Order: sequence, then C-alpha cells, then structure tokens
Amino acid sequence: MIKSNLLLLGNEAVALAAIDSGISGVYAYPGTPSTEATEFIQKYASESTHSRWCTNEKTAMEAALGVSYVGKRALVCMKHVGLNVCADAFINASMTGVNGGLVVLVADDPSMHSSQNEQDSRFYGKFSFAPIFEPSTQQEAYNMTRAAFELSEEVGLPVLLRVVTRLAHSRAQIVPQPAQKPADIHFPANPGNWILLPVVARRRNNEVIAQQPMIEQKAIDSPFNIYDCSVPSKRGIIACGIAWNYLMEAIGGKICGPVLKVSQYPLPKALIADMASKVDEILVIEDGQPFVEDQVKGVIPGKVVVKGRLSGDLPRTGELTPDNVKAAITGVAEPVLETSEYVVPRPPALCQGCGHRDVYNSLKDIIAQYPNGKVFSDIGCYTLGALPPFKAINSTVDMGASITMAKGAADAGLFPSVAVIGDSTFTHSGMTGLLDAVNSNSSITVIISDNLTTAMTGGQNSAGTNKFEQICLGIGVDPAHIKVVTPVPANREQIDQILKEEIEYRGVSVIIPRRECMQTLARKKRKKL
Amino acid sequence: MKTDIILSGVGGQGILSIAAIIADAARKQGLNIKQAEVHGMSQRGGDVQSNLRISSNPIFSDLIEKGHADVIISMEPMEALRYAGNLSKEGWIISSSAPFINILNYPDVDKVLEELRRRRNVILLDIEALAKDNDVPRSSNVILLGAAAASLGINCEVLKGSLADFFSAKGEAVVTANMKAFEIGKQLAN
Repeated sequence: MIKSNLLLLGNEAVALAAIDSGISGVYAYPGTPSTEATEFIQKYASESTHSRWCTNEKTAMEAALGVSYVGKRALVCMKHVGLNVCADAFINASMTGVNGGLVVLVADDPSMHSSQNEQDSRFYGKFSFAPIFEPSTQQEAYNMTRAAFELSEEVGLPVLLRVVTRLAHSRAQIVPQPAQKPADIHFPANPGNWILLPVVARRRNNEVIAQQPMIEQKAIDSPFNIYDCSVPSKRGIIACGIAWNYLMEAIGGKICGPVLKVSQYPLPKALIADMASKVDEILVIEDGQPFVEDQVKGVIPGKVVVKGRLSGDLPRTGELTPDNVKAAITGVAEPVLETSEYVVPRPPALCQGCGHRDVYNSLKDIIAQYPNGKVFSDIGCYTLGALPPFKAINSTVDMGASITMAKGAADAGLFPSVAVIGDSTFTHSGMTGLLDAVNSNSSITVIISDNLTTAMTGGQNSAGTNKFEQICLGIGVDPAHIKVVTPVPANREQIDQILKEEIEYRGVSVIIPRRECMQTLARKKRKKL
Repeated sequence: MKTDIILSGVGGQGILSIAAIIADAARKQGLNIKQAEVHGMSQRGGDVQSNLRISSNPIFSDLIEKGHADVIISMEPMEALRYAGNLSKEGWIISSSAPFINILNYPDVDKVLEELRRRRNVILLDIEALAKDNDVPRSSNVILLGAAAASLGINCEVLKGSLADFFSAKGEAVVTANMKAFEIGKQLAN
C-alpha cells in the first residue's frame, strides 16, 4: 500500500480515503470524469474489496445499498449523468436510510469536456435530503470522504460527494490518515424501514424531513465550511467547493471582506443570514448551475443584492476559471487572448485501424441508397462517427437511446431505421429497449459495434463480452437475423451485403461487427514487450 | 519560487509522462504541486493540454491564469501556438518543430513556425528526427524535457533522478536511452 506524501488526482484521493475508511466494495460504471476512483481501488485495495465494474449505475447503487444493509461501507462512483440512471435507487436510499456508510461520488463536468449536459448534482442531493460534500482541494477530497462515511452512519443517510472535472482530474499532494478496518456484518436497527410500503414511506418521509435542521446545523458547525467576517466590507462573497481556490487565487490568499466557503450542505442558512446583515451585496461563486445563488435569495432580506451567474457577473454556463472569477471580483473584464490565424481546431477522431471505421464506411454508403434512412447512435467512441469523414449518424442522446429511438421512429413509419450502439452501452441500457423492439416486431436494424471493451473511458471490462449472441437470442431476436462479422477493410463487401439484407428485413435484426479496440490491443502488445 | 507550465500536444503523444516526471522532481524538492490533466474524449487524437503549477508557496487554483504561464512545453508546433497567448511576456516556449498532421485543414507549417519564432524566448527542435538520428526513437518527449530543464526552476540532478525512476521498471537499457535523450535536449537548448 502506498503511503505518505502522495501526488493524487482528486478522484484518487477519494478512492484512497474510501479504502482507508474500510469499505467492503466500490460499485461503479465508468464515465469521464469519474473513472479513476474505481480504477485506483482496483489497483490498490485488498483482494477482499469488491471492485469489479458494474453493468450500469443503477445496478451499482443498488448493490452498494445491499452492502450498507448488512452494516458494511460502500463507495459508489459515476459521472453526473450516471446519477440520472440510478436516481430511483439513490433517492429511495434516503427513504430506507442506510446502515453501513454509503458515499456516492458524483463527478460533474461543467463546460462539458466529455459530456452531453452540464447538470449540477447538488440538486439531487437537495431533493433526496442527503447531505452533500463539495471539496475544493485534493486533501479535502480525502478528508471529506473519510468524514462522509462517518456522517452517513451517524445520520443514517447516503452522502453525496460532488466533485467537478478540475478537481477530479487535477493532482496535488495528499497526506492520508490512519486506516480503519471493514465492519463485520450487522443488520439494521430498524429493519422495517427497508420495506418501503406506502405506510412505511410516509413515516420515513416525515422522519427524514425532521432530520433536516439537525443536518443543517452540522453544516453550520462543519470544519469544512469557513465563515470569516473579521474584515468589514460592503460586499460579502460565498464560494462553493473549487470556487474557493479561484477566489483565493484572485485575492492572493488575503481575505478582504466577509467570506463564506461552502463545502458541506444543506446550505448553512444561518451563516448566510449573518453575512447579509453585515453587507449590501453578496457575490456567489459556484461551479455548475446557480444552485446556491437561487437559494440565497430566499434566505436574505430583499435589499441585499445577490450577484453570480444569474446576474451576469459570472458566465451563465461553462466552468469557472481563475480568469472569470477574478473578473467578477474586480469588475475588470478578463483578458481576451490573441489567437493566431494559423491555429485550427483539432477535434478527436476514431483511431486509425479502429473497427468502428469499417462499420461506418459501409453504413454510410448503404444508408445513402435510401432517401429517408436515419441512424440513431449512442454514447461511446463511435459517437465520433458524427464527424467528418463519416458524418454517418443522426442522433446521440443518452446511454441506450439508439435502439429505443430507432424503434420509436420505425413505429412512426421511418424506413430504414438503424441503431448503432457499443457493446458496453448495449448491456448498460440497450438490452431492455431491444426487448421492446422484439415484442412489437419493430422494423429496425441494430448494430452492436463490439470492440470487447468500454473504450472511450480507457478500456475497462465490458459486462457482456462473449455473451451478445446469447443475450439477443434470449431476448427473442430471430436467430436467422443475428449476424456476426469482423470489421476489417478486407471484409467490406461482406459487411455491405449483410447491411443491405438486414435493412431490407422487416423485423428486428442485430448485426455484431466484432474486433478488439486498437487501444487495448496496443496496450497488451506493450505489456508483452 | 513559482513556475506555471502548460504542456500541450495531441492525444497519445505522451505529455502526461513529461508532466509526471517534472511533478515528481518538484515533490522531491519539497515544492507544492497542482497538475490539471485532460482525460476522456479528446485523448482520441484531439488537442490535449495539462496545467502544471509548482511553487514554494501554497497553490490555490488548479488552472493557470491567462497570460501568466512561465513555460509552454509542446510536443507539436501548432499546439504550442494554440496556448501562446497564455504565456507571460518573459515566458518560454519549448516545442517540437515537427507537425503532427491528423486533420485535413492543418495550416502552413512554415507559417506556424514563423509565428512561434516571433516570440521572445523560443526553442524549436525537430525532436522526432533527433530521436531517430541518435538511436533513441521512443524518447522524443524526453529530448523535449531536456530542452526545457533549464526553464523549470528545478534542480537538474533531481529531475534526472525522477526521469530514471519513471523508467526504472522498464529496465536499464530504457533508462540509459532516456538519460541520453535528456542530455541531447539539454545541450541543444544551451
């Protein structure tokens, strides 16, 4: 085990703290910017710690709740949109309450470096009544994860640990604390709470709401929330999580008016009300959406002006930077950088030799033979089929939406209606949609482009590897319309032929082009050298 | 001391290896470090960059303020130019002069290099050719690290120690090749 002066990503700091908190397992589905937390635990935790990737975020959250039920600790990791997938389980985990500590790491992606939206996970924390931690530094990520397991068990609720890309993917030195041992199995003190019949849920709803003032008091008293009003000023500043770093950078670490650092929620309203009594205006700096800015308005007298993303003092969208925070504080617009005319965008692209290329080369030509053909795609490397030279797909929405959207469009009369989905995304959320399509005999062609891995996030195991034909047969796809092919340039004619035939078939057909990802293949070769 | 470094290149060129070696050396010298990396989609042949900040004082922001970078280390000339505006007036650009052309509209390479040469402090090296000619074909990024060594504010011997540590698992021959590559870069930058 590694110890002492460590240089860790924010995600790795959370992972190390989870190991040191004595977790029995981590449950997760890969997703940028969250993936490294689980990978760290896979690499460094003892063999008895569960760390195998789950099929999706919902199976992960529910398995972790099972760990909690038997009195042990679990960490769940995901990207922000993963919380949508497991929202049912996450919200109801507050209703059942937890036994062993349950900490949910969610990595938000302001500016959408690798995402489809900019949703702010703190909203989920609020409406599930779960306490939220939002670290500003890697050391805080470690310390707060340790504290989150303790708090989870103390108040009997899951704790949401919200990080953003710039913390998740930034390294700094970490000093760890002594490790704890995993707990032994012990069952919940109130086993009835775990059976959410309406009669139980109504009682639990009242109990959880009644807990809120106590949880808010903990946020007020939290060592992670710093309130300093020793220097008077007409303006107070509230900085949440990573925003604190940009504030300190802008003022050189020297406090020049009332400040409140918010890193633990529910929002410590009493501190904000106190600040409001001392200032004329409050600037709220937070990464993501104006979650705090909106709430602050309900806490303070109307004569105090609230500034932030809604007022336009900070950009309404996109991540915080030291530049836009400094501009909001000083009132001086951030510098506009000169850009050379000899710099052009360099978008990502499918790797040379990637099997998805062979799929799209064929699909693009075949679909062009039909006036109305549309291709519904999904989340993964193959989303890059949207870009030149392919321009071969018409939609990318959420995990699994390719098959179900193709079904809906076919139901509404579209022909041909084609879905392109990766192997890992298919098992994540595509299988259930395929069952819908089979049951209504929708005329769709599903391409499961199988590269034997979860490639976009760095080559993690894919839950369905070697099982796809059986899964499709089990769901009820006609065996005559399940075709497997190796996507290489030499097989171009064969791929074209299969595509033509299966598109013309009026029912559900599945084509599985299967060839290993170039990245995982290269990694294996390097290891052999 | 404080050195704010932008490392840039194309996904897969190995800028994170250089960053890891510099960060390790800074750590061994007892300095504070923050290093923001790029993971995910852009690693598939897109433009990638990392902000590496090292300082004897506490560091607050993980990102470098615009116009405040001290050094740009780039594995690719257009990618060096992309971040040139982030550099302070006295800042240094240490870049490969060999273009990595994976897009159809790559600009005129001579114009790119010309723009870079107009900067006050610039070192341009054809690290790919140097690596081949000197029989260290896999160490072009370490040639660049050697060329940047003097502008980092880190003790060169400590940096070499971190370089050796980084490659030690791959055996003596790999360490030797990288030490040679480092010295080539260092000499050419003098």
